Amino acid sequence: MTAHDTNEPSINIDHDEAGANIEHGESENAYSGLLVNDASWAFGTDFEDPLAGVDTTVPEGVDSRELGVYCQMLGDDALIFSQRISEWCSNAPDLEEDIALANIALDLLGQSRLLLARTAAADPSLVPQLPEGSPVPDEDRLAFFREDLQFRNVRLAEVPNGDFAEAVAKILMYSTWRLAIFERLQSSRDSVLSAIAVKGVKEMSYHRDFAGRWVLTLARGTEESKARLLSALDGLWPLWDELFETHPIEASVAAAGIGVDPAEVADEAGVILDQVFAAAGIDRPERGALAGVRGQKGRDGLHTEALSKMLADMQVVARQYPEGQW
Amino acid sequence: MTAALQTHESIIRDGRDDRDARSADAGSSPAEPLDRARAAAARVTDPEMPMLTLVDLGVLRDVAIEDGRVVTTITPTYSGCPAMATMRDDLQRELQDAGFEDAEVRVSLTPAWTSDWITEEGRKALKGAGISPPGQAPRHQGPVALTLMPTNRALTCTLCGSANVKLSSEFGPTACKAMYQCLDCLEPFQHVKEI
Repeated sequence: MTAHDTNEPSINIDHDEAGANIEHGESENAYSGLLVNDASWAFGTDFEDPLAGVDTTVPEGVDSRELGVYCQMLGDDALIFSQRISEWCSNAPDLEEDIALANIALDLLGQSRLLLARTAAADPSLVPQLPEGSPVPDEDRLAFFREDLQFRNVRLAEVPNGDFAEAVAKILMYSTWRLAIFERLQSSRDSVLSAIAVKGVKEMSYHRDFAGRWVLTLARGTEESKARLLSALDGLWPLWDELFETHPIEASVAAAGIGVDPAEVADEAGVILDQVFAAAGIDRPERGALAGVRGQKGRDGLHTEALSKMLADMQVVARQYPEGQW
Repeated sequence: MTAALQTHESIIRDGRDDRDARSADAGSSPAEPLDRARAAAARVTDPEMPMLTLVDLGVLRDVAIEDGRVVTTITPTYSGCPAMATMRDDLQRELQDAGFEDAEVRVSLTPAWTSDWITEEGRKALKGAGISPPGQAPRHQGPVALTLMPTNRALTCTLCGSANVKLSSEFGPTACKAMYQCLDCLEPFQHVKEI
């Protein structure tokens, strides 16, 4: 029993009725038959390259590093917001809403996977280095092996969850902004970004409608539901302006016909939000924007403390077992 | 699975040159390997809606033979569709059983999948399994309109046929479905969403 002799931990311990450990040979492993093709990294989704077979040639006239960083910004938004929303799993007010939130998180996770894979394909030097032979695919390296200061998501995506009113207010703000960006991104000269945007528009139309309807329901519901919604919007509003601030990378890729300058969608997104507020009979919150640190915000890698804590939770197992396979 | 393999009446058809096909299966006529590969790929079903084949769902976009290797192309229904890996494995396994080792599965993101690609057969199969098939997908000219009222679909209950149904959630047990309930017979049922 080498595992015991060398005092190494064994993870395959079963107990018989008397409580003694039962040793399994390799051939008795109930899971061995499930390894159809090959063992893959334990934390990924088992589809080696989400862009397999997709032409990832970087178009003329854009710096591949800038394209990579831009996709990382969009991919980090989707990843971090997806992670936040998925924290609702099993905690929503009822089963339907629980499933809706999980579905929204899943759509965003899929978008993030494609975007981070695009980052890796555009500029491999942006992908964290791991020891040779590591089974971790590129987009997972980007998700699990970067530090908080290397994430470029907008800060709205990372704020800690509040009550259900806060969830729908946040999803409404995020998807209104993001849908306006993705609608323009559909005509990106980068065929991968364009394809991701075309799918994303379909998905996020559902997210925006879902959140908008709930904002209406809560605003026209009881005193309590309305008060909670107003309080949630008030708390989130300082993060609205940041969504439309143009980072130099965004300006550059927009000029190259690859990306979208978020400042361009500010009016349109504001009008849509005002439509929801008008139908709900509530006013736009009056709160100033949350300052950055020496002018730097989410896109520059400067975040609130909440991101560091979320990443600790999200990344800890992958970092503990970087070679873990099943 | 060999019993299910299609065999052609006209086994001997010579004279046509098809290097790709011949290297995949040197023993038979040129077109046959591709037909067999297509037939094998067409047998693969959706892991979450097994009453539908990948063809019925409109997810299987292409089956070809390149340099002696079968190459199939699939497209995701939703960006985060967790069934993609299983679809790939199932395609490879089915093709392997049909004698095609090492089949490659490619992902195509363009054109984006739409529920309009679900075939007539597929719609019948969905109905037969108690799942309401999608209506026509929305076509966007210009910005996507905000819809603050519940989506109005003319649906009938998959159990009793009543049109007196109520949307309970736009998000169902899989990314592609909404949840309804019949107000007459009270049957809850799923509806494949239009995208």
